[in-house]
Order: sequence, then structure tokens, then C-alpha cells
Amino acid sequence: MKQKVLLLVLFAVLLIFPKVVNPYLLSVGTLILYLAYTGQAWNVMMGFAGQLSLGHSLYVGVGAYAAAAIFVHYGIGPWAGVWLAIAVCVAIGAAIGFLAFRFGISGVYFALLTIAFAEFTRIGFDHLNWTGGSGGLFLKVAQRDQIDLANFRGPPEMYYYSILILVFAALVLCNYLLKSKAGYYWQAIRENEEAAQALGINTFRWKMLAVVISSAMTAVSGVFFAFYYNNLFPEQIFHISRSIEIILAPIIGGVGTLFGPILGAVVLTVLSDSITELLAYFGWEIPGIKQVFYGIVLLLVIMFLPHGIWPPLARKLGLAK
Amino acid sequence: MPLDLVVNVTIAGVLTGMVYGLMALGLSVIFGVVRVVNFAHGEMMTIAMYAAVSLFAAFQLDPFLAAIPVAAGFFVLGYLLQAGLINPFITRPEHSQFMLMVAVAIIMVNGMLIAFGPDARNVQIAYQLESWEIGKILLDKPRVYAALMAAATSAALFLFFKLSLTGKAIRACADNHLGALVVGLNVKHLYALTFGLGAACVAVAGCMMILFLDVTPSLGPSYTLLAFIIVIVGGLGSLTGALLGGVLIGLSEALAGLFIQPSAKSMFCYGLLILVLLFRPQGLLGKKS
Amino acid sequence: MNRRDFNKAAAAVAAATALSPLNRAFAQAQKLKVGVLLPRSGFQGLIGQSCQKGADLAPGVIKQMLGVDIELMSADTETNVDTARTRAERLIQEGANVLVGPFDSGAALAIAQVAEQRGVPFVVNIAAAPQLTEQGYKYVFRNFPTAIDLTVNGLALIGDLFRATNVAPRTAVFMHVNDTFGQAMQKGIGATLPRLTQLPFKIVDTIAYDPAAKDLTVEVSKAKAANADFLLLVCRLNDAIILRREMVKQRWFPMGVVSPGSPGMYEEQFSKALGPIANYCISNAPWYNPKTNMTKVVKAAFDKANPREKFVFHGTNVVYTYESILIAADAFKRAKSTDPKALTEAIRQTNITDRTVLGGPLKFNAKGQVEGNLSACTQNLNGEPRVVLPESAAEAKPVFPVPDYKKA
Repeated sequence: MKQKVLLLVLFAVLLIFPKVVNPYLLSVGTLILYLAYTGQAWNVMMGFAGQLSLGHSLYVGVGAYAAAAIFVHYGIGPWAGVWLAIAVCVAIGAAIGFLAFRFGISGVYFALLTIAFAEFTRIGFDHLNWTGGSGGLFLKVAQRDQIDLANFRGPPEMYYYSILILVFAALVLCNYLLKSKAGYYWQAIRENEEAAQALGINTFRWKMLAVVISSAMTAVSGVFFAFYYNNLFPEQIFHISRSIEIILAPIIGGVGTLFGPILGAVVLTVLSDSITELLAYFGWEIPGIKQVFYGIVLLLVIMFLPHGIWPPLARKLGLAK
Repeated sequence: MPLDLVVNVTIAGVLTGMVYGLMALGLSVIFGVVRVVNFAHGEMMTIAMYAAVSLFAAFQLDPFLAAIPVAAGFFVLGYLLQAGLINPFITRPEHSQFMLMVAVAIIMVNGMLIAFGPDARNVQIAYQLESWEIGKILLDKPRVYAALMAAATSAALFLFFKLSLTGKAIRACADNHLGALVVGLNVKHLYALTFGLGAACVAVAGCMMILFLDVTPSLGPSYTLLAFIIVIVGGLGSLTGALLGGVLIGLSEALAGLFIQPSAKSMFCYGLLILVLLFRPQGLLGKKS
Repeated sequence: MNRRDFNKAAAAVAAATALSPLNRAFAQAQKLKVGVLLPRSGFQGLIGQSCQKGADLAPGVIKQMLGVDIELMSADTETNVDTARTRAERLIQEGANVLVGPFDSGAALAIAQVAEQRGVPFVVNIAAAPQLTEQGYKYVFRNFPTAIDLTVNGLALIGDLFRATNVAPRTAVFMHVNDTFGQAMQKGIGATLPRLTQLPFKIVDTIAYDPAAKDLTVEVSKAKAANADFLLLVCRLNDAIILRREMVKQRWFPMGVVSPGSPGMYEEQFSKALGPIANYCISNAPWYNPKTNMTKVVKAAFDKANPREKFVFHGTNVVYTYESILIAADAFKRAKSTDPKALTEAIRQTNITDRTVLGGPLKFNAKGQVEGNLSACTQNLNGEPRVVLPESAAEAKPVFPVPDYKKA
């Protein structure tokens, strides 16, 4: 009950957020929600099914490019484009999952496999002229005051609400998944895959499900990215630093939890900005010093809060089961 | 396609590959024994390169000679890093280990940015630009020296692991962690020792790399990735595997660059990784676990 | 303060206000707040810091030359598109009247969208992607040649180079980085070279290479095997250094290394890292005009603020960044207000003839793009890039073919 009340309060706060803050904070809020959503999508694969993907930028990029390319070349809007994006990403995710699981690759090896695929795709897109190659793909940006939902164009509030809806949809979906049969099977696989197999669980099938759901969700994130930033470069969108960015929030917040990714996204963004502000206040404008502090904080969190910030916080708030 | 071009490119690929192998040697040692995913490997090599640059700037020390003090220093630092920071993480899930090293890498990269600035640094030695000409074959002097150093280092390590008591103890830990504990080996100490050794290898690699590469703070990540690919292709825990993996990658990139498209040559090492992971995950020279 | 004092003060203010209406309007907006967005950390940190030097000296020089007060608000984009966007919003939030920056095309597009949304003028200092001024933006202006302009100017200068040195090479091998910049150049050269019939040479082989590659042995071997007269190179700094070293190791000595328009060979690191073998490399790049009065003033200010740096290595970054702020200040002086619409209109009417950049007068076309910024042909002589063409701005005479040229 307490959890539901807190959730409603959170929802209400997030709903009125754009109306009460200035545009700068709105852009930060949109960024936080984007990171939260993408982190939640990754969380399905890692936190639920225990498969460490370090190349998730692959799905963001492919999803973004798929929807953007047909928009640029054929004028097909994002509402149709997103289905293409999901289809392509699911196919790729399924292929990677199939290859990995059939051949018994897990743990670090699986992680490296995902990195290899992401890098392979990055270089591939650098040479793909249909999507602009390394020169980038540019979407035409029309007037941004009126809301043109068909082409997903409009004022910043529209983007904010869209990503907010996505975040909540993800929450609902993940909550449902966790409580369903899939959730239990995933937990079993995560704890001890061999034992789960001995019990008769078709681990291959359930792991594939996690991979497919995760890649589909991430594809949508990519489509949002494409229509929000309106330009795509393979070097940026497929880069391993993007993959790392995606997983920072869920790991800091709490892998495998419902609220971990969202909390993590908030904490990281606020932390990043606060450090910048603090350093500016002290006049320590040395390039690189902000990242050093950021790294140190990350280190401390990893060392002392190994399951993320959410579990101890939930316990304190009396929300944990 | 003229024959001498193919021959030159092939030789260059092999030599470059041996340097890659030297770079991956340290990771093979660490990953093969301690099983920790050291995602700060490239950054460690970058620090070694800066150390070589500083020693050269201060004492005009040739990187070959600088390798000795730098390796010694890195041995100590590696030992401390493992004993102090990484040890508690051995039993933690992989993503925790990964994030730990990512945080360490971020601190290292930006620490170097603050200390040395964003400018590229290098050493300037007479033989850096020289090559031996044998008919139409050109042999790049720095690369040949580095390749010889790679062979020497892995030979030394091989002998250490084969003949010395400590080396055997480390191999025991790698083969059977529980068994080693049962037998009474001080596993923590041995792990730290291994990390120190791996770090020393990285230091030697860095001192060699500075001969043909300028160092910038952001040099690390691509080498970390390359090192992992080499270690996996060559085989976990196998020293010759690391060299072989390196040579394979170097050669395939060179030939791919020659016959297909130079800008896509990195795709081949990823392609090779995927193939190895699927069909022979223990690597070419590794043992099936 | 008691009632009597307050009344006296109020009366004084009223009097002063009544006496000078113009002054009051100007008094309300006496200072122009310029938000400067540059990558001071991250991958582009080196260049971003170089541009920042141009921004830092601008208020002093502009006060001296135009009598306008500028307040700089600097933000680091950290070579990251997300950060660029939020920082731009932040600067506008804190009262920036105009934004300048950000050196990178991707970041420029992100900031441009913010600027359009908020109706704040944005002057791009350095970014070559043509699409930036093709989007129909009303608040975005660019004072830098597009990749297409760079290609056309660069190739034309090559023709001038051959005429000035009386050499007619017949073949060239074209090597280029396979990134945004390089690919744009490659397309541009493919399109314009056939039309420029006065250029006597043919490209016998094109070799694209990965900008992150640390080993260019194969690429150089291939290029050498093409047996061309000279090397046409589109590069960036790090790969240029590796390439030049590899050329020497493989004993490849073409007539010259010529860049039709890319960074790299004229930068300080190139000469520092390579020493004598960096000499005689030719780069056609957007440059400053060493002979104008304003350049001399800017150079003096730079030398004073950065005694250990050489202006010649930072010139392009500094003057283009300086000019982006100059544009803002000049518009402010004419508009006499910080109202964004008035400023934007004033920027649109810009016509500055006393410049630092090599080229014609600073005027924006209907798309917000300056036409007429030229490239200079610079050659590394004695460890520093010197302008050798056009003759009107030349500091030295071009040397081509280079002294160590060996016929293949």
C-alpha cells in the first residue's frame, strides 16, 4: 500500500514538473528520464535474466537509425518507424542471444560478445552510405512550437511527457514481468542456471525472452533519441562510452530492482551537475577534475553499496518486502 | 598487387601483432589467474607510457632501459591495487567488477589529463624512424626491437611459471581455487603477486609502445578492448596464446586492410572474436575448462 | 535611509532619467552576456581549450576596438552532445543574450535546436557540416566555411600552388580519415575535382583509414605502391603524425604532402612531435590574415595573455572564436538592446570589413551562412606554419616539390 501511495506521489510530481521549472531543468529532467528508461530496458536483460550486456548502444543506434532512415528517405513518420526499429532490434537481439546461448557463452564472454557486435556495427555504419556513413544522418527539423504528433515534433514539454509515459510503461511492464512466471524462472536462472535446468526449466527459451524484450524496449529508446536530437553519428551513438552510460544508472541505482534505474539516473545526473557547480564555485576550473570526482564517487558507491542505492533506501523507507 | 607489397605488409602485420601480444600478455596473466575483468588495462599501459616519457624528458633514458624501473614500480602498484581494492570484488558479480574498473579507469584517464594536459607526448630517439632495407623488404627498427622484447618477456614469464615455486603455486590457484586454499596456499598474496606481475608486463609494453605511438590521456580504452580480444582468441592463461592471438589479429588486420578496405580493418578483429567465442571459446591455445 | 534622503535620491534619479532618454535605454542593457560553449575536456579538449583562448581575449579587444562591454559566460560541453544541450539551456537560463561555439557539428546541431526553441541567437564559431545552415533555422548563424566551401577553396589553392612554383604533378594518391570530416571532403573532392579542369592531376588511388587507428603501415604501403607524384591528405592531428613517421620509415618521399583542407599538419603537436620531418607539409586551411590591423591587435592580446604559446599554432581557432563574439558585440552596438529578436535581426544585417579572418567582408546570406571566408595555403617552415598563398597575405614563398623528394 505504501508503495502504491509513493508511486502516485512520484507520478504527480513528475507530471507537474514541466509546469513549475525553467527550461534548463526541463532539459535535465528529460535527460534523466531518458537514461532511466534505457537503463530499465537494459535491466531486463541483466537484472532479471542475469546476462551482462556491455554493447547495448547497439540497439539504441540501430533503432534510431532504422526509424530515422525511413523518415529521411521515405518520409515515414516515427509511429510506423518505431515498429521497424523494434523488429530489426529484436532480430539482432535474437541472433546474438541464439548464438550466445546455443554455444554456451555466458558471463564475461557474453559481455565481450556484445561489445564485439556493437563495435562491428559501429564500423559497419561508418561505411553505410544509405544512412550517411560517418558523415552522419540529419533529420529535418521543422518549427517546434506546434505539436506535430505524427512526426513527433513539438516543444520540449512534449518530449518530456513522451519519455515520462515510456518510463511508466516500462515500470508497469517490468512489474508485471517480475511477478509473472517469467520473473520466477529468471530468478531461478540468475541464481543457479544449472539447477534451474535440472528442474526442467527451458533456460534457453526464457533467456531469449529477456534478450528480446530488452532489445525491443531499447529500440524505442533509440527512436526517441533520433527524433529528439535530430542527428546521428555512428561514432557517437554506437560508441562503447554510450554503452557504459546506459548501464551506470541501473548499477548505481540497483540492478534487478524496479526503481533502481530511475533512482540511479536521478542520482548520477544530479551528482554530475552538482560537481560541476561546486567546482565552479571554488574556481577549480581544471579540465578533467570533474570526471575525477565523478569517478571517485562511483568507486565509493560500488565499494560500499554493492547492490545499488535503492535496496538500502527501500529498507529505510519501509518499502522492502 | 606487387609481391613485395604483400610481403612487406605481412611482415609488418606480424611485427605489429607481436607488440599487441606483449600488450595483452599482462592481461592474460591477470585474467587467467585472478579472473578479474580489468577494464583499466589500457589506462595502466597509458600511465606506463607517460612514465617512460617523463623518464626520457628528465634523464634522456631510452625506453628499453626505462622499462626496468617502470616495471618494478608497476609491480608494486599492481600488488597494492589487487590487495587493497580488487580483492573484495573477486566474489562479486561481473558487472560489479566491471563498474569498479570503469570507475578506476575514469579516475586514471582524467588524472592523467590533469597531470599531463591533453597534448600528445612522445620520446624522440635516433632509431625511431630507421628501418633495415633488405632488397625490397623494409624492416621497421622499433617494431623489431619491440617484437624481440615481447618474445623475451613471455619467455621469462614462461620460465617463471614453469620452474619457480611461486610460479607453480600461482598456476595452482588458477587451476583450482578451492584446492589451493585447501592445500594452504596464501591465495590472496598469490593473487596480488599475479596482478603485480601482470602490471609489470603492461609497464614493459607501455615502454615499447612509446617508441612508435604518441601518448594522450584517452589512449587507453581501445587497447583494453584489443587486449581482451587477443587474450580470448589466443586462449586464457596461455602466454604463447597471447602472442599468437596478437600476431593473428595483427596479421588479419594488415591483410584485410590491404585487400579490402583499410578503414574497415578493425571489423576483422571483432569478427575473429565472435568466431572464436562461438566455436572455440577457450581460445586457440587455451585449455577447455 | 530616512524619508528625506529617499526623496532626494528619487528626485535625482528622475532628473537624470528625464535628461537622457537614450542613455537610459542603453543603461538598461549596457553589457552583453555572451554564452561560450566549447569542449574543454573529453576527446576534443585540446582544440576546445585553444578556442577558449580566443574567447578569453575577446572582451578586452572588443572594448578597445568597439567600446562595447562584454561579459563572458563559459561552459564546457565535455565533447558530449547531451552536455552541450543542457549547458546551452543553462546559459540561457542564467541570462545569456547570445550563444557562441561549440567547435563540433553534432554539438552545434543540439545547441541550434535549443537556440531556435528559445529564440536566442547562436553564432557558430567552427563547424563544417553543411546541414547546419540548411535546416531553415532563423536564430542560427555560422561564420565558418562549410565542408563544400573548404573543398572548393582548398583545391583552388592547390592549383595556385602549382602555378606559383611552376610544377605540374600528374598523379596524386588521396588518403583520408574515415570520419564525418573526411567523408565530407571525399564527397566534395569527388564532385568538384572533375569540374576544376585547370588542376592538372588525376587521383590514382583513394585510401580511407580509421581515425582511431594507431598503426597505418598497411595504408602507407598501399599509398606508396600507387607510385603517385604527391600525397593529397585529409587528416586529423594524431593520424597525421603516425602517417608522416610511417612515410619516413617506409622511405616514401613524394613531391609533397598537401592537405586541401583539414586540421593536423599545421598544429603545434605535429611539428613538436616530428621535428624536422614535419617541415614542408602543406595545409590549405581557414586561416587568419596576418596583415590586417585587427589581427595584429588580437595577436598582441593573445601574446600578452599566453606568453608561452605561439599565436601561429592557435590562430585559426582563436580568430574564428574571437569573430563569433565580435559579431555578437557588433550587433549589440547597432541594436542598442539585448532583446533577442533585435539582436538576431542586427546579426542578420552584419557587415564587418575590418576582420581577422582571411576573406571578404563578414556578411550573412539568407541561410545565416557567411560566404567568402577563404583558406590560406600554409607550409611548415622552420617548425611553424607560414602563409605562402594567396600572395596578398603571404609571409613566405612556397617550396614545392619538397627538398627530400625522390622520384619513385
